[in-house]
Amino acid sequence: MDISEVRKGSKILIDNVPYNVEEAEFMKPGKGSAIYRYKLRNLIDGSSTNKTYHSGEKFTPANVSTREGQFLFRDGSQFTFMSTENYEQYVIDESLLGDKSHFLKEGTIVTTMMLEEKPLDITLPIFVELKVNKSDVATKTDTVTAQMKSATLETGYQIDVPTFIKEGDIIKVDTRTGTYVERVVTKK
Amino acid sequence: MTDDERQRLERLLPNLQRRAFIYQTIRTFFNEQGFLEVETPIRSPAIAPEKEIIPVESEGWFLSTSPELYMKRLLAAGYDKIYQFNRCFRKGERGLHHNPEFTLLEWYRQNADYKQMMKDTENLVCAVAVALGMGKTLRYQARAIDLSLPWEQFTVSEAFTKWAGWDPVADPDVRRFDEDTVLKVIPNLNPLRPTFLLDYPAPMASLARLKPGNSRVAERVELFVGGLELCNAYSELTNQPEQQLRFLEEIEQIKQWQHRIAPMPEKFLNAVKYLPECTGNALGIDRLVMLFCDAAAIDAVMPFTVDDA
Repeated sequence: MDISEVRKGSKILIDNVPYNVEEAEFMKPGKGSAIYRYKLRNLIDGSSTNKTYHSGEKFTPANVSTREGQFLFRDGSQFTFMSTENYEQYVIDESLLGDKSHFLKEGTIVTTMMLEEKPLDITLPIFVELKVNKSDVATKTDTVTAQMKSATLETGYQIDVPTFIKEGDIIKVDTRTGTYVERVVTKK
Repeated sequence: MTDDERQRLERLLPNLQRRAFIYQTIRTFFNEQGFLEVETPIRSPAIAPEKEIIPVESEGWFLSTSPELYMKRLLAAGYDKIYQFNRCFRKGERGLHHNPEFTLLEWYRQNADYKQMMKDTENLVCAVAVALGMGKTLRYQARAIDLSLPWEQFTVSEAFTKWAGWDPVADPDVRRFDEDTVLKVIPNLNPLRPTFLLDYPAPMASLARLKPGNSRVAERVELFVGGLELCNAYSELTNQPEQQLRFLEEIEQIKQWQHRIAPMPEKFLNAVKYLPECTGNALGIDRLVMLFCDAAAIDAVMPFTVDDA
């Protein structure tokens, strides 16, 4: 695609890395050549950069799409999902998921961003419900100072929870901040 | 009609009213000085070949990219003071200050040079400011621009040496010139004063004559106000063989870079033989209206941009 067809929101490949054009500035002296200034978001690692290009530049469009998937299981650093549309399985490495891997339990429905047929990243539900596997009994001093204590969830994620939370409780976690929201089920 | 479109058009009304008033003021400004308003074709068999301007084709002809060639054919026939509002089309030009379809105001005078065009431009912009009751201060994007005459001016050599660290007259690198114009020179101009850049390197002369006594620069001037490139004026080239040579070079460049065969504007070339000493200016009306409407984007001064068409 010619640079003149690139718009804000276009997805393009630069050195085989897919970028989203977050801002596009077109500048051109009346008698001169056009200058294009882009703010680009790297779709693999999320980093952002600014780049300047000239007229005549050509790009390969990044064929990026999304599909819904269900998390099935983890095997080492490999996370296996299944498309809810065609039931095909696909694998994403932990290195691409980053902190998002802390909130995946069997059955969680996520939106997966695909480059061609290759999964790049997932978007989690804003809230997930996870079981508390281990939690210390709060000491008296803890209660007085913080009203919070440390707990380990079924995914291995360490989180601060209120002192009344017990092992076996199910809590709601905000995946944007990684923090405790509320208790959903109390272990009988 | 969607609610979004209705609201958008309702919001634009004050700017479009102001735009119409500015047109009236400009017509009065030129008519009172004895200029004749003319209209020339929007669709032509041949336009000025320019490497950096991509025209829109129409059944083998071209939509106007500027009325310059027709205006000069009128001058060659003896018309001495003419102006026109001309709808122009340049493919792919879309940004905060660009729409691929826009309006140029062009005016020409016989027996005058580009310095006269600088005076005309100062007078025209000030006349619009006065008609709008602004006096000598133009408020644009949270700045008060002082319109007192005369405006600031720098030669291209001075401006580039100062802000880009090199002199394009000594070393005409066209690509670097365009990039530094946009990224280094324009951003450094005094934001509180209109500023002319004049005496462009000869390879960027386009249809301007070279300066008598200094053939390394062309008598070309541009005006910048509030970061907007407002107009481009020349002492017009009246040397027919030189004009033909420049067109041939542009046609070659277009073949190389745009991969198309641009036709030679033969009728115009023939008229250049009869062209008297003259000067002309092309001013982006949409940008002038942006300035006087305190609009950051061209979208605020036209009801339907290419994205809303």
